Amino acid sequence: MNNVKYFDDSAVKKRINARIIINKVAKIVFFVSTLFALMVLAVLLYRVIVQSIGWLDWQFINSKLSIFADKAGIKGVIAGTGLLMLVVAPVTMLLGVGTAIYLEEYAKKGRLQSFIQTNISNLAGVPSVIFGLLGLTVFARIFNLGASILAGGLTMSLLVLPIVVVASQEAIRAVPGFLREASYGMGATKWQTIKNVVLPTAIPGILTGSILALSRAIGETAPLIVLGIPALIMPIPSSIMDNFTALPVQIYYWTLDAVLVAEYANLAAATIVVLLLILFAMNSVAIIIRNKFQKRY
Amino acid sequence: MTTILEKMDMSNTENSLFETDKNVVYDIKNLNLWYGNDCALKNLNFSIKENDITAIIGPSGCGKSTFIKTLNRLVELIPTVKTSGEILYRGTDILSKNLRVEELRTRVGMVFQKPNPFPKSIFENVVYGPKIHGIRDKKQLLEIAEMSLRSAALWDEVKDRLYDNAYALSGGQQQRLCIARCLAVQPDVLLMDEPTSALDPISTLKVEELAQELKNNYTIIIVTHNMQQAARISDKTAFFLSGDLIEYDETTNIFSNPKDKRTEDYISGRFG
Repeated sequence: MNNVKYFDDSAVKKRINARIIINKVAKIVFFVSTLFALMVLAVLLYRVIVQSIGWLDWQFINSKLSIFADKAGIKGVIAGTGLLMLVVAPVTMLLGVGTAIYLEEYAKKGRLQSFIQTNISNLAGVPSVIFGLLGLTVFARIFNLGASILAGGLTMSLLVLPIVVVASQEAIRAVPGFLREASYGMGATKWQTIKNVVLPTAIPGILTGSILALSRAIGETAPLIVLGIPALIMPIPSSIMDNFTALPVQIYYWTLDAVLVAEYANLAAATIVVLLLILFAMNSVAIIIRNKFQKRY
Repeated sequence: MTTILEKMDMSNTENSLFETDKNVVYDIKNLNLWYGNDCALKNLNFSIKENDITAIIGPSGCGKSTFIKTLNRLVELIPTVKTSGEILYRGTDILSKNLRVEELRTRVGMVFQKPNPFPKSIFENVVYGPKIHGIRDKKQLLEIAEMSLRSAALWDEVKDRLYDNAYALSGGQQQRLCIARCLAVQPDVLLMDEPTSALDPISTLKVEELAQELKNNYTIIIVTHNMQQAARISDKTAFFLSGDLIEYDETTNIFSNPKDKRTEDYISGRFG
């Protein structure tokens, strides 16, 4: 019945080699792009690790800062970063998850909601130096907190807040509607539904987002420098009201002063290795949490 | 008779849903419902009697599910919904702004199309309702769980694994668990939105038998796509078509002697 030939086989034969070659070229181009990023990371790690060899040991981790390179250690700097995270973690979790719950569950979908939403996205794009200026004006000066851990932590919390809000919103939105219906159908209030059904289901996503936000905060330098952390030998902080220095700031100052004392470059490299190890550990925890709690419904 | 009941009503000044005992459970008057500008329910007028199984049938998109979700106001989860008219639940207008939906939904339980247990243990699922209403006593909760699971004909199958995840159960067992979860707060009405559409024939039969048993204590309203199911288990049947109530009668009349041509066409499978 249908013997009309409307598809020309010879056309396929003519083009097939070219099509396959183009595909191979595309694969190579994209592989090289990926390789480029990997190479940069490898070179970076190589340089840093080579420079830190002989400097990164227990004595370095467990000693106070000093102007003498062979005596210097980063015990106080690690303590500073740790205490900073003790401020950032609860503040961002409470404010970030709270904002996400309000926007997803309570706020009426309308102009106000989309206005807030747009601004949160904009906030995520504001350069960190600007947040430093905000912290300097509001926390350091108006609230008179100076360059304390509390001031630094609050500034850093504002900086990473959008990350937590957006991640938590996505996690809350992914909670299936039929679970909410089941809860409302039993006569539960909105808050009971959020507390008993929505949050337990969304918690892996929320935790993953929060840990990634903390990883960002742990490596940020600019806001802390603007806040006024001095390039001095700081004592080991014992409370969040103390002045302090943090790992990235110390890296910055040691690198800056390496023109005066060449060994400072090695100290900076060793500190970078410590910071990277902490970062990798945090990201691994985020991945483990995500995999462990992945959908069971 | 009515005058005595009315007097009882008068003496009862508190406007609570937990009172009164009339024969009519739902009295629907001039009910209209819109999704945005689309009218999904058009001027419905009928009443639903106590201890009946009322089946709602009709082709997809005719407003069956919308209607049943209006009866516990779950339809409001869609923000663009607007309603007019009245639904009197035992004399109280449940479309009123002053009504506390939490109270209504405690009296009117719902079973959904797809079994939707919470990702918690079987026990935690059953006692979800009692817990949100403030019952904390572990012994009492266990009692409630056993009673509800027995009523849902599930107790014997799960009594040895109450603390296993509910998702370990089969689809049919999950649906009966959802029914048990509803029963745990001892509601007055059970709404069932195509409760067997995701189940195999044996599980379907079990849920149907269960519905037959439960009608002694509860008023049941069931949406179904399955005409045999409506014929098998219901006392009254309402036929919906594009938001209109076409016919509402004793199930035997609907299936043996429909008055409207469109009802006849639908139940004989000529469309839908």
